[in-house]
Amino acid sequence: MAEYIAENLRRRFGDALERVSDERGDLTVWIDRARVHELLEHCKRDPELDFCFCMDVTAVDYLPLGGSPRFAVVYHLYSLRTGNRVRVKAGVPENDPVMPTAVDVWKSTDWFEREVYDMFGIRFEGHPNMKRILCHKDFQGHALRKDYPADLRWKLASPDDLLDEISSDEMQRIRSRVSHPISE
Amino acid sequence: MGLSDDRARPEVPPATPDTAPPESVFTTNLNKMVRWARSGSLWPLPFGTACCAIEFMSVVSSHYDLARFGAEVVRFSPRQSDMMIVAGTVVDKQAPILKLIYEQMSSPKWVISMGVCASSGGFYRAYHVMQGIDEIIPVDVYVPGCPPTPEGLIYAILKLQEKIERGDPSHYQIVAEREAAEARKQQLVGA
Repeated sequence: MAEYIAENLRRRFGDALERVSDERGDLTVWIDRARVHELLEHCKRDPELDFCFCMDVTAVDYLPLGGSPRFAVVYHLYSLRTGNRVRVKAGVPENDPVMPTAVDVWKSTDWFEREVYDMFGIRFEGHPNMKRILCHKDFQGHALRKDYPADLRWKLASPDDLLDEISSDEMQRIRSRVSHPISE
Repeated sequence: MGLSDDRARPEVPPATPDTAPPESVFTTNLNKMVRWARSGSLWPLPFGTACCAIEFMSVVSSHYDLARFGAEVVRFSPRQSDMMIVAGTVVDKQAPILKLIYEQMSSPKWVISMGVCASSGGFYRAYHVMQGIDEIIPVDVYVPGCPPTPEGLIYAILKLQEKIERGDPSHYQIVAEREAAEARKQQLVGA
């Protein structure tokens, strides 16, 4: 049903698509990470594809399978107009775990990319605020890596700053709106 | 019925030492009296982080009606409450916040650890969850269950009331006294 998506991407990216699979209607394309940003941009802007909605960004650690490269970053895209989906995967090697950010394409990827960084240690270059989102500031390592011991904990002594990403202008606006001013 | 409507009340002559029946007088001591009053007017502070908090809501609502045991005045300020009910999973990121709120409560204070997550981490034997809140704050009563039944929490509150009426020190006091003794010992050793 979604052959036109694979066709469209093949026409544009040709051999840069490492693999295209259509397992029971779930289209997955593998792309070289050097061109993943271009592909995502194309998926959103191309009027035929029109993937306006990035539903999730996550990652996979292929360590137990001995995969090379070790990680893959996965984007799940959805088109509200056509109702079609596509899964975009890009391999990331262990010794250079860096990806280009997609925040400039879909703003929603901001927190997804922070989560991937927090859990897998893959940094997103160009991200406006590349820091942990779920684990606290004293946490070391990345919990969803397969070589992380499942019950290894890091204790936090003082509360983490949860408002640091709100700019001072925004904070001013929030303060002016509440009747009980938030303490400094 | 207003305050002025006293027509229906029977005429009762003012009590004098001669007319007062002997049952209306009893002797006690102040400590017992205070303990009785405290146990019957626990003001809970819910620290709800997960589904146990939903169960706590049903305990204070009309069906299970915690008011029957004098513990229904739920306060959301630690300054105004003396029984903290930790209901739910406490992750490591939340731990310093829990400790801060606990320290803001005025003494005497008691803590109920509701459910297995708060008591032992429950099924979250993982990188992000505290394996029991007693890692950072003293706990008086643990309630098992995932989540506990409302009866389970009521039973825990009754047990806490028994403890208060018996005059047992709260776990908070025990810890504070132990720390004070330790500090004195250190002083002596240092001197």
